[in-house]
Amino acid sequence: MFWITGFFNSFAFAAILFVLAAGFSLIFGLMRVANLTHGAVFMLGGYIATSAMQFGFFTAVLIAAIACAALGGVIQHLLVRRLAGKELAQVLATLGMSFIIADQCLLLWGGDPIGVSAPHLLQGATRIGSFAFPIYRLFLIGAAAAIAVGLWLMVERTTLGARIRAAVDDREMARAVGIPVTWLFTTVFCLGSALAGAGGAIAAPIMSVYPGLDIEMLPLALLVVILGGIGSLPGSLIGSIVIGIIYTFGQMLLPDLSYVILFLPMVVVLAVRPEGLLGRVSA
Amino acid sequence: MTKAFTLVALAIALVLPAILPGEFYTGIATQVLVFGLFATSVNILAGLGGMVSLGHAGFLGAAAYCYAILVATYGVGSIAAAFLTLLFGAGIAALFGLVALRTRGLSFLMITLALGQIVWGVAFRYTSLTNGDNGINLPAEALLASTPTARYYLCLAVLVIVLACLFVFMASPLGVSLKGVRDQPRRMSTLGYNTWAIRYVAYIISGVVAALAGILYVQIFQFISPHAMSLTASSEGVLMVISGGIGTLFGPVLGAGIVVLLKNVASAYTDRWPTLLGLIFLFIILVMPDGLLPGLRRMVRRAITAFSSYRGRSYSNTSQEAH
Repeated sequence: MFWITGFFNSFAFAAILFVLAAGFSLIFGLMRVANLTHGAVFMLGGYIATSAMQFGFFTAVLIAAIACAALGGVIQHLLVRRLAGKELAQVLATLGMSFIIADQCLLLWGGDPIGVSAPHLLQGATRIGSFAFPIYRLFLIGAAAAIAVGLWLMVERTTLGARIRAAVDDREMARAVGIPVTWLFTTVFCLGSALAGAGGAIAAPIMSVYPGLDIEMLPLALLVVILGGIGSLPGSLIGSIVIGIIYTFGQMLLPDLSYVILFLPMVVVLAVRPEGLLGRVSA
Repeated sequence: MTKAFTLVALAIALVLPAILPGEFYTGIATQVLVFGLFATSVNILAGLGGMVSLGHAGFLGAAAYCYAILVATYGVGSIAAAFLTLLFGAGIAALFGLVALRTRGLSFLMITLALGQIVWGVAFRYTSLTNGDNGINLPAEALLASTPTARYYLCLAVLVIVLACLFVFMASPLGVSLKGVRDQPRRMSTLGYNTWAIRYVAYIISGVVAALAGILYVQIFQFISPHAMSLTASSEGVLMVISGGIGTLFGPVLGAGIVVLLKNVASAYTDRWPTLLGLIFLFIILVMPDGLLPGLRRMVRRAITAFSSYRGRSYSNTSQEAH
């Protein structure tokens, strides 16, 4: 019973982590920008969703995703693009931006945690034998799976995806054959930020939204992409499952040291493959 | 020039407590020294080694906790505790260095951020040891120096000694090869240098200096909580380095002065320090990426050139009209 519930909750948490980390990984893979606003945008998405809940849960998630996409576009256009080629300056600029976003969230929504109830349709639990699985967590797992498949199809099967892959492989050549790389960058930044925002919104019913959520989630997302390999979508999937399991069981078995245990997978993976499980050697 | 500047700065630092109007101001001056030392530890990695760490406050905080726990919980003498804490700092740096130095560049930055947050998480969650979010208070008799002025001179002495050592280190074969590894890693490794070992030693030195700053931190605040090792604290360290001038000897101390003063002034008027911190970050990166002093110098020079070229143009205009 304990193990089944534990694994179930691990996968639900892994689903949230994947949505967050996939956006980060997408941006990093294409642009080589470590977008540290990602945690803050996740929190902002959660807050926006709590405020937009009167329009219905799914509309609120959509509003959060669109608002965060717009913010991501603005950050890319006004900040990241101006610092093209200066990796460190870009990271530090997004870091500065993340402080501003998080502090403005505190100003707007206050310091108390804001909880959200899951939509009526997804409340309650389904029973299989003697086990009860909350439907909302099942929904999270399903949603993450759908996003994973959607992203994979987009990258592998659409023109946009082909252009993104071309720009990742050889930016100058892609530009030379007429692919609007700058426009692609902005699109990907918007998409990544939308994923973060949507992640924060769908996480709100089980995690609620509170100040400090950004700083709690950002390192987990970084661990996921470091483990899985930066820029690799399947890597993010595996990474989020590993971190989800270790973090959830860590909190259940050793609450004092739940953070220290996160150190272990990182040590093991980096010792064997510094570029991450599915990372490319050149990246 | 530099020598004269150093002597003047040292002379001012020595008489400062006598000039300052009260203990409050001496306290702030001491904070500048402690964070100057912390920024110096960030600078050893970022400036000399080209490795920007976003988790350095973890070293400062872990050392501060180590000292506080040794003294307050186990009753170890303050001087013995300080030496044990330095060993502890070196140990953590040796451990984290093994992990972080598997990578470079942005991955290094991301891993150090994650490592810093792991240390933060231990302080926050391991409440039986660290008292969690409430932190640990130190009794006055557990300190290395008892009066604010004595603490000022203690911190000044430590900072001066560390900077002097760093000055020697920068010119030493190890210091020079560290810069070589920063600028030309492939060439250095072809020449037979063990680039990993050079980076690793720099990482441990930097960790020990940060631990030293952590020991001084609990001396002046007599309190340590997870807040001291947040991402914000690590970022402030990086901001001090880049605002003062990355890779220079005195730049980080200057940057620490700017950040500490701004933080203290701002806290009197507003609760929005993180927003201000973010704005300062953006300002430095977008407007003065090489630091405030070179940036100001450049702006002044540009203003002078613009002014003189404007005068030159108006002169040529009038001369044309005369023809």
